[in-house]
Amino acid sequence: MNKKRFFKYKNLSLLILLFLTACIENAPMDSLSPAGPYARQIDDLFWLTFWIAVGVFFIVQGALIFSVFYFRDMPGKPEPKQIHGNNILELTWTIIPILILAAIAVPTVRTIFDLAREPEGALKIEVIGHQWWFEYKYPDYGITTANVLVIPADTPVRLEMWSNDVLHNYWVPKLNGKRYLVPGQKTYLNLQADSPDEFWAQCGEYCGLSHSKMRGRVLSLNQKDFENWVNNQKLNANKDLAEGSLAEEGQQVYLNAGCTQCHVINGVWDVQGDRIAPNLTHFANRNVFAGAALKNNKENLTKWLANPAEIKPGTFMPNLELTEKEIEALIAYLGTLK
Amino acid sequence: MTKIIEPDKQTNIFRRPSSEYGIWSWLTTVDHKKIGIMYGYAAFFFLLIGGLEALVLRIQLAQPDNNFLSAAEYNAMFTMHGTTMVFLAIMPISAAFFNYLLPLQIGARDVAFPRLNALSFWIWVFGGLFLYSTFVFGTAGAPEGGYLAEEVGWLGNAPNGGWFGYQPNAGFKYSPGTAMDYWAIGLQILGISSLVSAFNFIVTILNMRTQGMRLMRMPVFTWMTFAVAFLLAFSLPIIAIALFYVTFDRQFGTTFFLTEGGGDPVLWQHLFWLFGHPEVYILILPAFGIVSEILPTFSRKPLFGYPAIVFAGFGIAFIGFGVWAHHMFASAISPVAQAGFGISTMIIAVPTGVKIFNWLGTIWGGKLNLKTPMLFALGFIGMFVIGGLSGVTHSVVPADTQQTDTYYIVAHFHYVLFGGAMFGIFAGLYYWFPKVWGKMYNETLGQIHFWTMLIGFNLTFGPMHWLGLQGQVRRTWVYAEETNLGFWNLIVSIGAFIIALSILIFMANWMYSKRKGEKAPFDPWDARTIEWTIPSPTPVWNFSKAPHVKALDDFWHAKYDEDEEGRAVRRDTADDLLLQLEEEGLNPEEEIELPNPSYYPFILSSGLPFLGYAVIYKSIPLALIGVVLILAGSFGWATEPLEEGFRSRKEEE
Repeated sequence: MNKKRFFKYKNLSLLILLFLTACIENAPMDSLSPAGPYARQIDDLFWLTFWIAVGVFFIVQGALIFSVFYFRDMPGKPEPKQIHGNNILELTWTIIPILILAAIAVPTVRTIFDLAREPEGALKIEVIGHQWWFEYKYPDYGITTANVLVIPADTPVRLEMWSNDVLHNYWVPKLNGKRYLVPGQKTYLNLQADSPDEFWAQCGEYCGLSHSKMRGRVLSLNQKDFENWVNNQKLNANKDLAEGSLAEEGQQVYLNAGCTQCHVINGVWDVQGDRIAPNLTHFANRNVFAGAALKNNKENLTKWLANPAEIKPGTFMPNLELTEKEIEALIAYLGTLK
Repeated sequence: MTKIIEPDKQTNIFRRPSSEYGIWSWLTTVDHKKIGIMYGYAAFFFLLIGGLEALVLRIQLAQPDNNFLSAAEYNAMFTMHGTTMVFLAIMPISAAFFNYLLPLQIGARDVAFPRLNALSFWIWVFGGLFLYSTFVFGTAGAPEGGYLAEEVGWLGNAPNGGWFGYQPNAGFKYSPGTAMDYWAIGLQILGISSLVSAFNFIVTILNMRTQGMRLMRMPVFTWMTFAVAFLLAFSLPIIAIALFYVTFDRQFGTTFFLTEGGGDPVLWQHLFWLFGHPEVYILILPAFGIVSEILPTFSRKPLFGYPAIVFAGFGIAFIGFGVWAHHMFASAISPVAQAGFGISTMIIAVPTGVKIFNWLGTIWGGKLNLKTPMLFALGFIGMFVIGGLSGVTHSVVPADTQQTDTYYIVAHFHYVLFGGAMFGIFAGLYYWFPKVWGKMYNETLGQIHFWTMLIGFNLTFGPMHWLGLQGQVRRTWVYAEETNLGFWNLIVSIGAFIIALSILIFMANWMYSKRKGEKAPFDPWDARTIEWTIPSPTPVWNFSKAPHVKALDDFWHAKYDEDEEGRAVRRDTADDLLLQLEEEGLNPEEEIELPNPSYYPFILSSGLPFLGYAVIYKSIPLALIGVVLILAGSFGWATEPLEEGFRSRKEEE
């Protein structure tokens, strides 16, 4: 009997050990490693609730496991007392949870309103959801970009968001909770990063075939780098490339193969078609593309341009049946879009 | 043993069905027990399909950037897994319990409207088949203007908008093809089935209770059935209307949920969850009822605080209509709404807590007989508490904006619906097995089933908590290797296969014991409620004599008295009573009238899928077939004489 019990406890402690070491190291989407004041506020609230829940967990599971061992039927055990209830006990375990929940409710409600408030001196950025990528617009600077959101570090940012098609859900776990992007309606979310860093973002709400690949990056830069970035973003792309170069050939592919139906490159092709695709003016500056599902390198670009739907099923970018040579030229051209 | 007095002449479209064995007896039965058994087997079949879908999903997710499934297939699989488990597995398994047990627990011969009962079963069957026919006839593909690298295979030609069908993604523009129509119309048909049975159960409980069975003497399972019936009756009309909007949007060009036409996709979220949250309680309350029956029996103590448990159940059902927006904390709702729904969600934890503490009070100081039903009931408490506590963390709105749409939520509701509802259902399946089949299940296999399932379950859904908090988004077909989520996903997938193994053990036990199990006595557990006063398996007429109930847990009090200390003491008369019950149960003194079998519920329900196909394919002939079947069924039903050919008991030879 004792041996059996020992094994039970050993299993239990192993399980607890497993749980304590469970946290995943270096998870880029870790909501438990906040890197800004908003996420930290949420994190504090979560741990408060978590430890209360852990307390209740051990009380209830303890009572359960104790009962199973202590009250289990054994030979010679007398019939139990027939207790039908106990009003005082029942009131106690009604009132105590109410008090605990009230204690959680107060900071909860306060944090809800805190997080909803527009921070003073915030930089305003528009986030527009598309199947399956995020578009960013900086109304103060006249910048349009995609996939990588660049923000100044240690400065609050106010996102004004909507969707161009279905529901999306914007999530940068280390900077704040989620907020939906709704067609025909604006929603708001505040972000702030403590220091220059790169963060992962992803669409939370199921938004169709390639929902899994609707990802993003948030790049926080120190003030000076951010200003440089802004100034660079305001520039148009250079249309006059060296005659006969591979990049120049690529520009011809871009202009003639059909890319301009959806993509804009400021200074080269400024007419936005019906279907909005990422603005490519500073494409080479972004370390990811295709809804941040792929790293921006030659190998990935080759795969993508050969057949986009292979990588993002349902994508609105057609297979333009480009030849290997055209792809190579196009990649060279895209590389000049700094 | 029973015989049907044949009607003299044909008075209706068909002659009165008279088969007592074979397929016709099942197709035409109105016996609540047979209907319950059919519900059980059919729902278990769908449970297996839903489980297979889950396994396929878990193979895909076992490693990062896997390509076992295509995106289209994955999306179809998770949509069908959710839809199947909710509408075709857990709800109907609960319905199996309601059907089989409710009349037995209140001392009735059958439900109030036996033919309606058969109708709701057959509508459910046809609804389920209609939904699943999408794999044969349905089509799905890229949104308008989008491209696919490969054809969508048969596995992908199923609804793919999620069991929640968020608009406009599930609308015609972003989910072209017919698959989502199968979903919308399939759920519509299934909803009719649940509505019909809800009213049937409400009327049955209010009107068919035997002498002395006052409301506050009803077993808790009956109470929870009552609560679920009201939840169904009030929540299903909401989804019915919302699904009509969807079908109209998809088929007839309305724009209820399309922004371009002045519609609002958030409206769908509200409508869906206004139904969807009560639905959660529809799934879990039956398990609460089952567990409340099992714990006292195997602790040899009365339920601690019976009134509190009953009122807490109704409290949960009532408040359950006021918490829906906690599924939308990250959606377009104001901070005031967030605060309000956060608080109402916290409030619902209170009656739930009362139940858990009262269950603990029930086993505390008892004499616990750790048989398989009891193990599952205890496992239910342990697992459900985990789901309840993670539920409280969702009510903390800012924290929920991190958790929502991640695997943390998946973990939470599987602890509630699998660790809760399914464990409760397995507890009930073992507990009432002897009553239904007249055989005992195999205890060793039962215990093995419990432990493998408990381990597999926790291995599957435990790690999802930190997977979600550390960034795994739900409904994603692939996740990047750099997210470092691969290891725990592999563990989760292994856990899923352990669950599958435990289900196989359960099935083996069931099939073996049903044939070769030991013969069951009519009261194998020394139980408390009146369904244990009748023979096992339950005779066609249930009770030979309408029981007269004098107390809560009437059967227990007939067997046991209390001494001065309050301990249970077996009455001297108990053994005689049992002998007498055994004698009486099989030999009713008087002639017993039982409801007649009928073809019409089957015929009427068989028309509904045709109407569904008619809407999808805009086909007048199909609509006509459907209408004719429904009208013929209704006409035959309405003109079927009630008096003729009643079933009576006659000794043969």
